Amino acid sequence: MLKAMFGEAWLAMGANRLRSALTMLGMVIGVAAVVIMLAIGQGAQYAVQQSISTMGSNLFILLSGSFTTAGVRSGSSGAPTLNVSDAEAISELEGIANVAPTHQGTRQLVYGAQNWSAMVVGTTPPYLDARAWTIASGAAFADSDVRSATRVALIGKTVAENLFGDDDPLGKTMRIQQNPFTVVGVLGAKGQSFDGRDQDDTVIIPLSTAQRKVFGTPFLGSVRMIMVQAESGEAMPQTEKSVVALLRQRHRLREGMPNDFFLRNLSAVAESEAETTRTMSILLGAIASISLIVGGIGIMNIMLVSVTERTREIGIRMAIGARQKDILTQFLLEAVVLSFAGCLLGLLIGLGVALGINFFTGMVIVISGSAGLIAFAVAAAVGIFFGWYPARKAAQLDPIEALRYQ
Amino acid sequence: MAEAVIRVAGLGKSYATAAGLFPALRGVDLTIKTGEYIAIMGPSGSGKSTFMNLLGCLDTPTVGDYFLTGENVAHMEKDALAKLRNRTLGFVFQGFNLLPRMSLQDNVALPLVYAGADKETRRAAARVMLDKVGLGQYAESLPSRISGGQQQRVAIARALVNKPRLILADEPTGNLDSHTSEEIMRLFGELNAEGITIVLVTHEPDIAAHAKRQVRFLDGELVSDQVTDSLPFNGMGIGAVETHPPPGLPLEGGGVPPC
Repeated sequence: MLKAMFGEAWLAMGANRLRSALTMLGMVIGVAAVVIMLAIGQGAQYAVQQSISTMGSNLFILLSGSFTTAGVRSGSSGAPTLNVSDAEAISELEGIANVAPTHQGTRQLVYGAQNWSAMVVGTTPPYLDARAWTIASGAAFADSDVRSATRVALIGKTVAENLFGDDDPLGKTMRIQQNPFTVVGVLGAKGQSFDGRDQDDTVIIPLSTAQRKVFGTPFLGSVRMIMVQAESGEAMPQTEKSVVALLRQRHRLREGMPNDFFLRNLSAVAESEAETTRTMSILLGAIASISLIVGGIGIMNIMLVSVTERTREIGIRMAIGARQKDILTQFLLEAVVLSFAGCLLGLLIGLGVALGINFFTGMVIVISGSAGLIAFAVAAAVGIFFGWYPARKAAQLDPIEALRYQ
Repeated sequence: MAEAVIRVAGLGKSYATAAGLFPALRGVDLTIKTGEYIAIMGPSGSGKSTFMNLLGCLDTPTVGDYFLTGENVAHMEKDALAKLRNRTLGFVFQGFNLLPRMSLQDNVALPLVYAGADKETRRAAARVMLDKVGLGQYAESLPSRISGGQQQRVAIARALVNKPRLILADEPTGNLDSHTSEEIMRLFGELNAEGITIVLVTHEPDIAAHAKRQVRFLDGELVSDQVTDSLPFNGMGIGAVETHPPPGLPLEGGGVPPC
């Protein structure tokens, strides 16, 4: 019975091809828009998640405080208020995954006839874990290298390419500030950071070596920056609080005195970025959904016309034994067939356009099966929702009136 | 012949109009037995169409009872009435009322769709009925490709396909020329000879004369009921009609125009 009705629905669509096609167009555009918007939105979210994971998660940094001399304020990290033992104390706290005292700056690198300027980071081995650095070749330096201030370096991919060219940098000696450093490892590639900086344009050396040979330091043991990684995102606020409390206690700051250090949450930036893209994709999806609704209204409109046009047919069907339910099912089925056909076409077009965008602009596109499934479910829902009223109208016709209708 | 297919008692139908309740049908009593061939006559506005709609279970009466095959259907639910229309009754209309987009075979099979028959049963039954009305070779054609008389034959085949207890024909020859009308009436005659009960609504006396019993409506009331039980014009064409005044007419005192 349902099969026979399905055939009839198909027949009814075929009887008015242009009209059916135009009716479907609304659904086609709506579904295609949803698919494209979801693909772009999810692509953006994916891209952001990727860059978050390269930066390292649940990070915050502590910067040493500022000082004022003759009215000139130094800005953060001006005063030597943080030191290595602060870092050690922080690592004893609960909920802390990694702590790495850090000193960084831009320096000129020299290898043979080549030279290159890059970010030089003096730090301890936990830094690699905190920032999610991987080692592409060679090996990382160890705590013993930090203790004995050996001149070893890990270099990023960009540095390797620009300074060493085709040479294998492992075991080679390069100079930073006239000091020879042996390259012990090449870091895995990370790509751009949020601020657009090339994260691979980096050299990592032991903190002690950096302070003694590269940057110099007014007070031995003081550091400009401590990178702290919490164990989980949820623990972050509590961890921040306990770190601040610990440092205030260690620095003997009384109630009411300002902190002599700065705390910056790096993950917050990334999370707000992720939140932005999520909001954007929801917004895009919402706009696309509106076109889906407009498409549904188009279907309702045409179904109403169709019911009026076929009043006599409905009368005949009722006279030969169609129940209200049968008439309702028939018209509902027509609406659903229309909306499904439109949805299928929209899905294909949407996929095509999304792939086209990816191919021509290189934008990251994520096509998920769930998006297609959602589009289909919505199409069915739209068909039933907007088909219901016309179908009910048809089913409630008075058979005598309907038969008399010209 | 003893069993009553239709028995109506005190059947009345009123419509609400701007001027108040208008009684289209008033206290009609009538019994139709199995195998009868009955013509319902009357001018427009006489209530015969209202009566036909009630007999056809398309409408429900305001007062009175209607027993169809012994069952009182006067106050049945819509779905139950639809089932009766589907299984017990067969309709033939003035305008043929075939669905234009469907093949003749699918048109004939349509009542079986609503009866829930499977595809093979539908196809086979439709073929048998199309052959019966002599149009088996056009099974795959669309209604627009055949003549009016042929369309009416297809409509009759559709009315018969569910093996109904009776056929209700509402002005079945109203859109046909006299020659084709005779053919259709001959087909009804043959069906009646096979034992199918036929109720025919017409305002043409010569068409009514084909039936074995004529009842006449006027102003919502049944005014005459005459049994002739003969087919005086069978196959003789329209010329013969004029020489035989329709049997029902003399009783009316000549006050009612034939249409």
